[in-house]
Amino acid sequence: MNACPERIVHLMHEYLDGEISREHELELKSHLQSCVDCQAHMHELSDVVAFVKGAAHVEAPTNFSQNVMARLPKEKSHAGVSRWLRRHPILTAAALFFLFMSSALFSNFHEEQQFSFTKQENVLVEGETVIIPEGQVVKGDLVVRNGDVRIDGELDGNLTVINGSKYMASTAVITGKTEEINEVFDWLWFHIKDGAKEVVSFFDKEETK
Amino acid sequence: MDALINKRIKQVLKGDKDAFAEIVDLYQHRLFQVCFRMLGNRHEAEDIAQEAFVRAFINIHTYDQKRKFSTWLYRIATNLCIDRIRKKKPDFYLDAEVKGTEGLDMYSQIAAADELPEEEIMKLELQDRIQYEISRLPDKYRSAIVLKYMEELSLQEISEILELPLGTVKTRIHRGREFLRKQLSRQPNFL
Repeated sequence: MNACPERIVHLMHEYLDGEISREHELELKSHLQSCVDCQAHMHELSDVVAFVKGAAHVEAPTNFSQNVMARLPKEKSHAGVSRWLRRHPILTAAALFFLFMSSALFSNFHEEQQFSFTKQENVLVEGETVIIPEGQVVKGDLVVRNGDVRIDGELDGNLTVINGSKYMASTAVITGKTEEINEVFDWLWFHIKDGAKEVVSFFDKEETK
Repeated sequence: MDALINKRIKQVLKGDKDAFAEIVDLYQHRLFQVCFRMLGNRHEAEDIAQEAFVRAFINIHTYDQKRKFSTWLYRIATNLCIDRIRKKKPDFYLDAEVKGTEGLDMYSQIAAADELPEEEIMKLELQDRIQYEISRLPDKYRSAIVLKYMEELSLQEISEILELPLGTVKTRIHRGREFLRKQLSRQPNFL
């Protein structure tokens, strides 16, 4: 048998794998007809396959499934959350975005605790109160932050009071809109409207060009 | 079948643990059989097959649903079996190649069961004898032979399970058959 080329044994295995080509099969058959040793080898290999295939099917023990289920890790309370995050990446990104955005806005809200107002001519300041004196006319918008405003004269423009109150004398005249903003959400809304107005006015400018 | 499995997997991903029970029911016998043939002992086989399902459950989000689920499951189980086999006898120069085996080191040899005296072998029932001969195979050949002839999987599937090139799988099966042939021809009344 040792005299026979390795190639013949290789062909035997090709045959057993069921992947032998027509030519190789013919080559193997003609060799086996003339070589008793290789015939024996081929027989033994076929017997090996039959022997191994004779193994009975083995079944899992009866309580196998229940035992597996009992061994599964108990779900931790945050597992549901992390699974949700994994399954909804876009919503997660959106939620994070809003979290950061709102935290930025809130911190701004608290930073802007200082008294401030739009510089206008003819305006008096007493403590944290902005006064438009009687008989005076202020042209343009007035924004007062963290302070009060008292209007005895005229305001030819919009008035916005953030975190403060406005007092109007009977002589007071405001030609534009008046807004008082005291809550965080009002303040947010004001920002949004302001942003929108800017965008609109930007487009208006573009058009007038 | 695959559609049903994918449906159950989606339920498990959503947190429905009970849907996993059905997956276990469907694959328990196949997985237990591989483990039993690899390890040669029902108790260990049960432990490892259960562990394979637990790992599958924990890592279910890493399973690619475009691929075959059974392949993924078999891979987890065969890897666990090979790990278990290698942990059994740690005190050898494991990396030393064994003479005349081409790439077989002690890792694969120690897996083989202790040899029984010939008269003991003669007394074995056929099924015990089959298991004995399988357990004598080095683990590299054993996994390939078990998947091919006991699980009746295609060479392509075996190559995916063992993460080996197709050519390597064929070589292992060829050598496994030759190994068994030599073993069995020592007791001529069997062949």
